[in-house]
Amino acid sequence: MTNAWTDIKNTDLVVVMGGNAAEAHPCGFKWVTEAKAHRGAKLIVVDPRYTRTASVSDLYAPIRPGTDIAFLSGVINYCMANGKVQWEYLRNFTNASFIVKDGFAYQDGLFSGYNEEKRDYDRTSWDYVIGEDGFAVTDPSLQHPRCVWNLLKEHVSVYTPEMVERICGTPKEKFLKVAELISTCSAPGKVMTSMYALGWTQHSSGSQNIRAMAMLQLILGNIGMRGGGMNALRGHSNIQGLTDLGLMSHLLTGYLNMPTEKEPDFAKYMETRQFKPLRPGQTSYWQNYRKFMVSFQKAMWGDSATAENDWNYHYLPKLDVPSYDVLRMFELMYDGKVNGYICQGFNPLLAFPNRAKLTAALSKLKFLITMDPLETETARFWENHGEYNDVDTASIETEVIQLPTTCFAEEEGSLTNSGRWLQWHWAGGTPPGEAQHDTWIMAQIFLRMRELYRKEGGAFPDPLMNLSWDYADPNEPTAEELAREINGRALTDVMDPADPTKVLVPAGKQVLNFSQLKDDGSTMCGCWIYSGCFNEQGNNMARRDNHDPDETGAYLGWTFAWPVNRRTLYNRASADLSGKPWDPTRKIIEWNGEKWTGYDVPDISPTAKPEEVGPFIMNQEGVSRLFTRGMMRDGPFPAHMEPFEAPIPNVMNPKMVGNPVSRVFVTDAEEFGTSAEFPYVGTSYRLTEHFHYWTKHNRVNAALQPEFFVEISEELAKEKGIEKGGWVRVWSKRGSVKAKAVVTKRIRPLVCDGKTVHVVGIPLHWGFTGAAKKGFGPNSLTPFVGDANIETPESKAFLVNIEPSSGPEEASA
Amino acid sequence: MSNSPITAVSNPPVQPVSADLGPRDLKRRSATLDLPPPERQLTEVAKLIDVSKCIGCKACQSACVEWNDTDPGVGENVGVYENPGDLNPNMFTLMRFSEWVNPETDDLEWLIRKDGCMHCEDPGCLKACPSPGAIVQYSNGIVDFIHENCIGCGYCIKGCPFNIPRLSKADHTVYKCTLCSDRVAVGQGPACAKACPTQAIVFGSKEDMKAHAEERIEDLKSRGYENAGLYDPAGVGGTHVMYVLHHADKPHIYSDLPDRPEISPVVETWKGAVKYVGLAAMGIMAAGAALHGLIAKPSTVKREDEEHAEALVEEAPKNGEGV
Repeated sequence: MTNAWTDIKNTDLVVVMGGNAAEAHPCGFKWVTEAKAHRGAKLIVVDPRYTRTASVSDLYAPIRPGTDIAFLSGVINYCMANGKVQWEYLRNFTNASFIVKDGFAYQDGLFSGYNEEKRDYDRTSWDYVIGEDGFAVTDPSLQHPRCVWNLLKEHVSVYTPEMVERICGTPKEKFLKVAELISTCSAPGKVMTSMYALGWTQHSSGSQNIRAMAMLQLILGNIGMRGGGMNALRGHSNIQGLTDLGLMSHLLTGYLNMPTEKEPDFAKYMETRQFKPLRPGQTSYWQNYRKFMVSFQKAMWGDSATAENDWNYHYLPKLDVPSYDVLRMFELMYDGKVNGYICQGFNPLLAFPNRAKLTAALSKLKFLITMDPLETETARFWENHGEYNDVDTASIETEVIQLPTTCFAEEEGSLTNSGRWLQWHWAGGTPPGEAQHDTWIMAQIFLRMRELYRKEGGAFPDPLMNLSWDYADPNEPTAEELAREINGRALTDVMDPADPTKVLVPAGKQVLNFSQLKDDGSTMCGCWIYSGCFNEQGNNMARRDNHDPDETGAYLGWTFAWPVNRRTLYNRASADLSGKPWDPTRKIIEWNGEKWTGYDVPDISPTAKPEEVGPFIMNQEGVSRLFTRGMMRDGPFPAHMEPFEAPIPNVMNPKMVGNPVSRVFVTDAEEFGTSAEFPYVGTSYRLTEHFHYWTKHNRVNAALQPEFFVEISEELAKEKGIEKGGWVRVWSKRGSVKAKAVVTKRIRPLVCDGKTVHVVGIPLHWGFTGAAKKGFGPNSLTPFVGDANIETPESKAFLVNIEPSSGPEEASA
Repeated sequence: MSNSPITAVSNPPVQPVSADLGPRDLKRRSATLDLPPPERQLTEVAKLIDVSKCIGCKACQSACVEWNDTDPGVGENVGVYENPGDLNPNMFTLMRFSEWVNPETDDLEWLIRKDGCMHCEDPGCLKACPSPGAIVQYSNGIVDFIHENCIGCGYCIKGCPFNIPRLSKADHTVYKCTLCSDRVAVGQGPACAKACPTQAIVFGSKEDMKAHAEERIEDLKSRGYENAGLYDPAGVGGTHVMYVLHHADKPHIYSDLPDRPEISPVVETWKGAVKYVGLAAMGIMAAGAALHGLIAKPSTVKREDEEHAEALVEEAPKNGEGV
């Protein structure tokens, strides 16, 4: 989230698209009801189904799964065509005026530089014209035909209301109502918020879905505003923490990147991470990258990381592929190239696509270790449960070791919520049975492996032998110790840059925040963006002061938000060029002639003059990007791409299947179905009654939603002879499930490009363990392909068939 | 107990509180002739359920099960979102979902209503109940079932205009929402209101809840719901559980919420001129073994039970004492 949950109460318009906040985030949704009740805010829902969120909306529009870019581009087109633009914001705070290289072009659904064989773009033409002074060339008048604004205008012009209806199936009148209401938020005194979740991410073009809305928000001037922003609703209480702490194969902590093979040494690695400003006088805060990186290396390897050995850069693995994401790992496993798999707090057998492939992959492992508080399907993948898990147990040789862990309520530590708040919590219970904290288990694995290396040696043991492990009890680091390490401290006296005779941070003391980090080895910091969470003032995550001066929703004394306790990112953009709030009733910060003051921690140097320094300090441009240069694999602008399995061809280019640069493994390419064989669009989702695959283990939740079902329209039910509450079989190219049928008016057939499209809704909470009735998950059906940029699986749009059936058979033995 | 509005969102008192809602606060007691007037008048309370803010998450159902420590059991999906399928002796409240196409706009509306006891000011269940003290009403308006006094006859089910009480096959007594009288007794709101994430369920003095409802109705009218209004039906003397409805002119579209609920004429006769005499007659019979079968067996009120009761009423002298 750019903003915070509590900030949503400040909005005038909530757009829930690519998510179902009332259903999947009911507690956070209270801020929407608050905005509606006390600000008169309106709520728009755009979704293939009339959801629980839709049930309290002011305006609902249906959409075909996987066509959000066309819809949003249509809204951008509407706003541009009707002058519904926050012009001053656009001119000064976006790259609308930047001139783009002549080679850049878009035609037939593809951008310049496409290589079909490599399924990749040569992105060199997707860039600005750079002047002789080394800065990007701009035309503040927005007249230049090659400026971003004019290229964008041309790019979205095809997305007329008629085209939106043709692609998305959204009736033109509904679309226009949505576009009109959204466009009112271009007024500086009107603000819209976007709340989205996996309804946008779980597509092969997921990142571009989000880009499209972010661009719309920039055109309307809603980023950095109170009540505005791009608000990703995270589906687990600490999934934000997972990405922040770099638990992805291509990331280190704080969005530092894992090196690649092309970066064999530190100098080479830093060469492409200079982040020189692209406009005069801009901050480009990533210029501090080296300080964060060196401090991270010092946190990892302490004294053994020195300037002479490039801070042990050679200890870091070097990626030979873009990422070892979950899809790739299971592909390798399926290929017999993985011996062991440690599955910590994760139930891939139900969470990842093409369950048949996952089962086959797990069956090829030598060993599988699961760490979980619950009996997961993954841990029991070898057990026969009749139709629910029809495996030949005797033929599976994988040794499975289940390590029971504690759950969140039995642990102390912090959880990072969607709004980037690191909230400390205390254990509310003692672990049952043999359960152990994850930290204890990880420590044991580490200590025992280190001991083995000490005794027996091995290839390149140095990273393991020299790993910092400075905890009072090496067997179990405490949450406090880890948090202090994440915050960072001075290793030797850190001197004040303004007065080199003055000690800023004495050796051994916690740094105040990342502004005190150094690239000379005098500081260490586990995760720079979290720095400040546990400094010499104490554990700031444990703060519980709920004062909120003037009720802005900032709550600066409540826990700690990264970065540096800032609640609204880009909040300098809430004020105009001279530093006055666009809307005085929505002031976050303002320029008082000398510095920035207000309700939140300014997202800019406190003394940076408003006319000189742009609000988007993390960007080399100092402004936000409507055109992302070569930073995304599938285009500098979002363009309509069909899902890999779509009921109609891409109207921009009928030959184009899916996202043209998404990674597709050879065996999976043969596993895509066609609309001739699988005429209906499947989509997966969560229900309020359950949390993922956890709460089916709880009798109360199981009572409230006991059994797997799918949802279909009355029209499709009639066509197929399916009765309400009757059994149906749903199948795709990859698998088959049986479910009860919920026949509903909440799903209506759509007409797309002249063809009637039926949607089959498939919720995801059932499996073969737990208290609820046994059932299936949509992942038995979903395709093994992910988003082109981040590999999030395409679980929200795929093709299925459906027929009435008998119920599933249990295991006989 | 404090007379200030109790809102379920406020945190409960930290200090130990002793229960302050008891027999001396009763203003009605089933089949009781000589109930002394309550010693004090408690502030009338109400739960307000704003249907327009409800997202149907069932947190209220979950909280109800947890607080009352019931186990509604893992049922099956019969093609709808209601689970369990109906109210039952272990499920005192239920989200009911209806898909209604507004004929004026042709837009679908998914109307979600939390069903449960309405805590009528004029409680049909209590009036129908032949067993002394099995159903009581406190001066704050809460209607509560006292299980040790319940004989399982099921008349309350017949007497309820909202079809709420459910007879347990396990212990042959009747169950329904207590408005968390045990929580209210220690200054807390009902569990459902505490759990409601959107504050669609709020709890406080009836006066405050009506004022709160007015604000909500104004907001709904500003959004084009011309007939938005408060459901506090006069036919049962008003209720201590009220709804804000977007379409208050047609309550029945909310999963058959009665448009004009009133106590059934049978019960009204029962209650009228002859009630206590009839009850006295029944009481005498209950004391003996004659009604043994009636107490032990019935899970519903059968036609013959009803006829039997009416016969008892008719047999009683029309000018009996205690009228």
